[in-house]
Amino acid sequence: MKKITIALAGNPNSGKTTIFNYLTGARQHVGNYPGVTVEKREGKRFYRDYEFTIIDLPGIYSLTAYSPDELVSRQVLLGEEIDVIVNIVDATNLERHFSLTVQLKELGLPLVIGLNMMDLAEAEGLKINFSLLSQLMGHPVLPVVGTKNQGIDQLLDAAISLKEGDFSFSERFIRYQNGVENQVENVKKLLPKSGVKKDRYGVKRQEAINRWTAVKLLENDPEIVNQMKKRPGSDALLSQLVKSRHAIREQFGEDPELLIVDSRYAFARGAVREGVVFPGEDRVSLTERIDNIVLNRVLSLPIFLLTMWLLFQMTFTLGQFPMEWLDQGISFLADTLNALLPDGLVKSLVVDGIIGGVGGVIIFLPNILLLFLGITFLEATGYMARAAFIMDKLMHKMGLHGKSFIPMVLGFGCSIPAIMATRTLENPRDRLITILVVPLMSCGARLPVYILLAGAFFSPGMAGNVIFSIYLVGILLAVLMAKAFRTWLFPGQSEPFVMELPVYRMPVWRSVLLQVWERALLYLKKAGTVILAASVLIWALFTFPMAEEGKDLDPAAQMEQSIAGHIGHGVEPVLKPLGFDWKTGVALLAGFAAKEVVVSTMGTLYSIEGGESTDPAEAEYQKNFAERVKEQSGFTPLTAYVLMLFILVYIPCLSTVAVVYRETNGWRWPLFLIFYTFTLAWVLSFLVYRAGLLLGLGG
Amino acid sequence: MKKMTLKDLSPGQKARVARINRTGAIGRRLVEMGFGPGCEVKVERYAPLGDPMEIKLKGTHISLRKIEAEMVEVEQEG
Repeated sequence: MKKITIALAGNPNSGKTTIFNYLTGARQHVGNYPGVTVEKREGKRFYRDYEFTIIDLPGIYSLTAYSPDELVSRQVLLGEEIDVIVNIVDATNLERHFSLTVQLKELGLPLVIGLNMMDLAEAEGLKINFSLLSQLMGHPVLPVVGTKNQGIDQLLDAAISLKEGDFSFSERFIRYQNGVENQVENVKKLLPKSGVKKDRYGVKRQEAINRWTAVKLLENDPEIVNQMKKRPGSDALLSQLVKSRHAIREQFGEDPELLIVDSRYAFARGAVREGVVFPGEDRVSLTERIDNIVLNRVLSLPIFLLTMWLLFQMTFTLGQFPMEWLDQGISFLADTLNALLPDGLVKSLVVDGIIGGVGGVIIFLPNILLLFLGITFLEATGYMARAAFIMDKLMHKMGLHGKSFIPMVLGFGCSIPAIMATRTLENPRDRLITILVVPLMSCGARLPVYILLAGAFFSPGMAGNVIFSIYLVGILLAVLMAKAFRTWLFPGQSEPFVMELPVYRMPVWRSVLLQVWERALLYLKKAGTVILAASVLIWALFTFPMAEEGKDLDPAAQMEQSIAGHIGHGVEPVLKPLGFDWKTGVALLAGFAAKEVVVSTMGTLYSIEGGESTDPAEAEYQKNFAERVKEQSGFTPLTAYVLMLFILVYIPCLSTVAVVYRETNGWRWPLFLIFYTFTLAWVLSFLVYRAGLLLGLGG
Repeated sequence: MKKMTLKDLSPGQKARVARINRTGAIGRRLVEMGFGPGCEVKVERYAPLGDPMEIKLKGTHISLRKIEAEMVEVEQEG
């Protein structure tokens, strides 16, 4: 079977993902490009006598070196694996989308241009002359309706005939002004001779790449200029470059970079002007009518908040039902195995370690599925860009992007889906900062700990205020830390917010569901394995060493003599200045598995029987708890409050750490997250505790 | 005299792009999004919190922050 490798390229909002999903169905694979957090999506398709490998490039506006998405796309396109580029463009928005097409043309590879959303273009009254456009662009231009699976196979037919035909490179470049062309020649002559790539298109391809490199050098492309600087003997080239750029600036009174970009755009504009007839008057489109309401000065905020509320409710309230079923299923499994297996280490490992760990992984699955259903839907309709538009001012003040708002809100439910939701942020710096501050939004798992501590140490009238203040501290810290990270970790100009507000569309369900499924699978595979491994590790810490044969220790004593207990004693000097003792240390260690576990661990450590009630939310249990903790660890309301603050901030649960590992593609950021949250928690707790003591609140 | 920029227009006003006064990533992005010299732009609205702004440009809608709008020099007709 013959093979063809296709790169699928296009702007964001070109409908490329839908087409990719139609082409490959479930035969796709999602990974990461080495060293960056850009997703690599690849799929297979068997068509006619060919096996197609389709590489779905990230959605890009351009081929500059300014964003990782663009850099990665460029590397793929300049490499030797691609036979044909298939460029998907929005037929209703040809000028802008052609500006990328022109850049793809310059790479010298065979190119098929698919005009997507032809149904909408026709509805708008656009008349497109395909043969003229093909002639002007120098590559075949074909009509496509991605949402209805029309014209997609024809793109593959065109790719086959380009691959099999006699593809010629000449006459396909856009020509710049003569003054610029002269400088392109001057630079090209001095390019290093080495590195000539021989691929199936031979020397001519190298000619195309040389021209492309020369143009990029004149554009002052940071990546290409650096590459040249690193080569020995490039002095002549570099000094010619300075001269050439100066000459262009002299002749045209414009920066060469903007001049070249504008020439490309002018070429695209010219082609559209000739090949497309637009309807006469400019009528108010449906999108504009929707936006008049959705982006209305008065209504936009309530509508946005309502949407957020619905998304939140759907994820967490609706998600609670399947979560409970899963929880019951897991408990049932644990009980069954508990009864079947003989007492001993194996039983403990299976029931407490493995089932606990697996349970910890799949319990989040309903949340993640529902959340991504909501987010993918909002993105596919076009509302997500509006949400960013509405919230950008607020978020920009914090050093973030309009789209950071959604993950931050979701953080109140659970950090895991919230961190996964940062995928909607295209810029990696915005994304990282958002990931790093999301855990400061107090998640649902921390609430039971607050309820217990506030209920035990504060009067019923105060408890609510106390908990509320913890949430406020979390928000405040998130704002401050975002600002700090932007200033120190990622200094420099903030990213441009220039983006399209796309036309509203009905989403294609098949494509939405496929994307949701893909997310869930990634979570299970990558984060799941880390969560499971860490759960077993924590189980081991609390289990070993075991009590000596024949000596039956009560649970509290067993916990004390375990490794975890020793760690608790070990870290006591660090926690002492905050008013905590070793038992708190053990509970905090257990809280790393999941923050709500702090409650049950403290219950065990302080041997709280609770009288009638074993429910930590009940007043009687809380009273009992307060007495025990006071008596054994010397807790005061101040210590309890400081402990709440510490639990709010310190090391997010290991599932969160695992998701950060998965989302940032390495250990660097999760380790940084652990380090900074722990330091912040300690410093904050220390200051509050000491200030409280000075104010005489320690009694 | 300070040149007029996109930022100085109020909702409903139209103008023509004169030039982009910035290079680098932002300047390029603006040109690639269609803010080339000579092109007609219309301010549709400001976001409810006052920033960013929405521009209509060749039948499509672009949002950009005021600091970016300041980089687009415009001329008003008539």
